Amino acid sequence: MTQSTASIPDPHAGPLHDDHAHAGDAAQGGHGHSHPAHVAHHFDDAEQQKDAATLGMWCFLATEVLFFGGLFLGYAIYRQRYPEAFLIGSHHLKLTHGTVNTFILLFSSLTVALSVHAAATGNRKGIVRYLIGTLILGFAFLGVKASEYYGEYQEKLIPKLLFELPDPAHSEHMKELLEHNPRVKAAYDDPVRRKGLEQQLQLFFVFYFCMTGLHASHMIIGIGVMSWLTWRAHKGHFSAEYHTPIEISGLYWHFVDIVWIFLFPMTYLLRH
Amino acid sequence: MSETTNKPHADTRHAATPEGTRAGHEHHIVPVRTYLLVFSVLMVLLIATIVAAKVDIGGAVGGLIVAFTIATIKAVFVILYFMHVKYSSRLTWVFAGAAFFWLGILFVMTLADYLSRPHVAPWAY
Repeated sequence: MTQSTASIPDPHAGPLHDDHAHAGDAAQGGHGHSHPAHVAHHFDDAEQQKDAATLGMWCFLATEVLFFGGLFLGYAIYRQRYPEAFLIGSHHLKLTHGTVNTFILLFSSLTVALSVHAAATGNRKGIVRYLIGTLILGFAFLGVKASEYYGEYQEKLIPKLLFELPDPAHSEHMKELLEHNPRVKAAYDDPVRRKGLEQQLQLFFVFYFCMTGLHASHMIIGIGVMSWLTWRAHKGHFSAEYHTPIEISGLYWHFVDIVWIFLFPMTYLLRH
Repeated sequence: MSETTNKPHADTRHAATPEGTRAGHEHHIVPVRTYLLVFSVLMVLLIATIVAAKVDIGGAVGGLIVAFTIATIKAVFVILYFMHVKYSSRLTWVFAGAAFFWLGILFVMTLADYLSRPHVAPWAY
């Protein structure tokens, strides 16, 4: 028509003009370029969208690695500084509970991996089944952890609030440790150092409760996310083409498992 | 001039999108057998680490080394297979690697300080 309309760039002129293309096609009642409903407009394709989501989750997990890493490092420094007290601490953790919980978490990682597999092969019932399995295992972990915390409360191992240095007359672990470890015995027999042991053992339990508590809170968040995914899977939101939420939530779940894989030996298993 | 050379490139990109046919980027579905195999490896390692903790292997340091070697192997299996890093893009490797590299910096630098203090200032210990 006029000179000015002629100067408006061609909607399909180049890769930078997507918005114009959109506006132009909207007039024809379409959505512009064609893409599946599950691919957001700003991605080239489903693959790129999935890669972006994966990288985003790994980015978050990197911050999580350092989040837990700081606590683990603090624990390592004090363990090296107060070896006798931390040894007493490790001997008073419930190895059977810890082992069962490690098994539960590793098993839950398997069910999560299988739910991703079910999603990738378009098996919707499989997704729901494996996610429910994951949820049951997640709750089982928290249940075992809670019973452990209760046991520690009964044994008066709650720092500051309810704490007593274990007495060999009542604590089988303490008795055994004093019999077999001369360094612990030397510290325990000296009244001044025994006072120190009491303080240092509280520090052990501060770390123990902070680390396992932070881990457990991640489990609770994970259970929340998995419940939501179970609901969405039940509603049929996922397919072989689109199941990125299951994949990246799975990454998170496996990460929480990895935290436990290190937390378990560093607290329960260092017994010599 | 440059716009005209860009044009066919942009078109092919969009034309190829729905199928996701970019080179070297196919969906990799890990077979169930692999998952079960990795899980059994993890179970064996769990038993190994419990047994190793019950037995005295070279005192505190020996026990520490054994426990953390086993834990690291377990973590690597989980990362490579359950978290699919083995089948992921190079960029994912970089992101995952960076996380643990920085963790390494945190530990090595800090422990280098704390562990050397008794040697540098023995009077304080």
